[in-house]
Amino acid sequence: MSTKEKKWQLRLYVAGNTPKSMTALHNLRKYCEEHLQGQYVIEVIDLLEHPQLAEGDQILAIPTLVRKIPAPMRKIIGDLSNESKVLVGLDIQPLNH
Amino acid sequence: MAHQINNDVVLQERVLKKVQTGISGLDEITGGGIPAGRPTLVCGGPGSGKTLLSTEFIVRGITEFNEPGVFVTFEEKTEELTTNVASLGFDLQGLQSAGLLKIDHVHVDRDEIQETGEYDLEGLFIRLGHAIDTIGAKRVVLDTVESLFSGLQDRFILRAELKRLFQWLKEKQVTAIVTAEKGVDTLTREGLEEYVSDCVILLDQRVTDKIATRLLRIVKYRGSVHGTNEYPFLIDEEGLAVLPVTSLKLENTVAQERVPSGIPSLDKMLGGNGFFKGSSILVSGTSGTGKTSIAACFANEACSRGESCIYFAFEESPPQIIRNMRSIGIDLEPHVKSGLLHIHASRPTLYGLEMHLVTIHKMVKTRKPSTVIIDPVSNLTTVGTVSEVKSMLTRLMDFFQNEGITVLMTALNTPDRELDQSISSLVDTWLLLKDMETNGERNRGMYIMKSRGMKHSNQVREFVITDKGLELVDVYMGPEGILTGSARVAQQLQEETEKVLRAQAASRKEMVVERRRRVLEAKIAGLREEFESMQEELNRTYTEEDLKSEIQKDNRSRLARNRHS
Repeated sequence: MSTKEKKWQLRLYVAGNTPKSMTALHNLRKYCEEHLQGQYVIEVIDLLEHPQLAEGDQILAIPTLVRKIPAPMRKIIGDLSNESKVLVGLDIQPLNH
Repeated sequence: MAHQINNDVVLQERVLKKVQTGISGLDEITGGGIPAGRPTLVCGGPGSGKTLLSTEFIVRGITEFNEPGVFVTFEEKTEELTTNVASLGFDLQGLQSAGLLKIDHVHVDRDEIQETGEYDLEGLFIRLGHAIDTIGAKRVVLDTVESLFSGLQDRFILRAELKRLFQWLKEKQVTAIVTAEKGVDTLTREGLEEYVSDCVILLDQRVTDKIATRLLRIVKYRGSVHGTNEYPFLIDEEGLAVLPVTSLKLENTVAQERVPSGIPSLDKMLGGNGFFKGSSILVSGTSGTGKTSIAACFANEACSRGESCIYFAFEESPPQIIRNMRSIGIDLEPHVKSGLLHIHASRPTLYGLEMHLVTIHKMVKTRKPSTVIIDPVSNLTTVGTVSEVKSMLTRLMDFFQNEGITVLMTALNTPDRELDQSISSLVDTWLLLKDMETNGERNRGMYIMKSRGMKHSNQVREFVITDKGLELVDVYMGPEGILTGSARVAQQLQEETEKVLRAQAASRKEMVVERRRRVLEAKIAGLREEFESMQEELNRTYTEEDLKSEIQKDNRSRLARNRHS
């Protein structure tokens, strides 16, 4: 399956390998594996390398997780340490209920 | 030791380095602009002009000082901002495509954003840094950074991050303006003044009598002298204009040169030469005493000398003034046509005092007249209190004096004479026009209340307006006081009659005296004749006596001779 066909397209904005960013990425991967297995793709954008991309998605805080697809766009900022908040934020139905 | 010296150098650099904002008036009151390479906080309520001030700072930076700028807007969208300032002639679009300006709209919507766990605002830093580096910006505006507080929940993080942001701006060596909403009791709602400590500017808008006045105050300017007053400012089609209240330095140079008033008899009262050039003249009087006529006469005189003059009329329209003045022999129209005379008429209630002040300022700056007429200043009290008008006029006078402009103001006397009394101390020459009501007619009297630095007449003169112009005539001091108008004419006639009568009486008396003289003379002649004849008689007697005694002597000697022989 190519990227375009995935149901969930997530983008994580980070700025270098800061602990917060690493935590966020780690948390995100964990939740996705758990709830969206096989249906997602995560794109990590390091703004230190691509600062010009910050404006497009209105990135302010780091780390920021953006749900590109499904629409509408959603944003979660922070290290994503609270699982239920992230799931609510992304509007993911938890599987193990 | 070396460290100490280094510190001093740093200190000195900090004290001296300022960046001109390019905003008219603001650089004057800050003594050269805002701190270079540091953030300045501009706070104020909604609609106080924060965005405009910051936009102008950026635009002037580009157009006048060749300093590219980044404008980060947290509230308005780029297009909105562009449209809003287009009316001021700021072409943000053009500047952006020329690569001199970067507008970044930072949009934070609480509904769109979920917060979970730790975060920082590095994204904003990166965006800003990227924008600065791309165009080589020297100026940055963050408008209004406090919007972040409504978009993000974690105040603790926000505060820490904003503090870091201001520090980061300093490190970036950009001159920044950060705007913030005014709080209830604090300068800013979120206490940002704690972080931006170098320069804080407060904008305010006050409404009195339905007329709004915008005010600007430098609350704080570390390491710099600055004006502490509230400075009125306004926003017009050319952007922001701040008016320094007054330099109050009283260091203006004064001219010895005189300018005629256009009324030769008035000049004579003023020591023969008229007013001092660059001085201020107040003509006050009750209605219909001829204030405008004097003003127009002065304007006419200035234009006839080939000098330029602006006539600010707050009561009559230009055609009205021209028509009315023509009726007394003053033709202003040719001067208006030649461009020497500019009549600017506006209703005082059209806008606030400050706007009037700025309008006058601006017109004078652009037209550079030698003479300014304000007719009448008293009308301005409809849009401000006497003390406000006085403060405005103080500033105006100061400005005119600086520019070496002669200004003539008229003021309508109210019964309490509040205004002209209070502004009289500002002016150099004060002419008072008075009604003199006697014998069923009203005449105009004029006298010079004061005229600094010149000998002037203390006499009340009758001020006569004829169809050939204005003239001052000596009033008649009769036994019952001053006589004016037809009483004066009557007195004049009476005196002339008396003169003739007196002359006749005198000649009659002369004749009588002459006759008596002749009679007396005749008498004297008669007496003298009498005396002479008496004298003659006496002489004759003497001669006879002599003769007799001689003959006797002769006879005696003859007799004696006879006896002896």
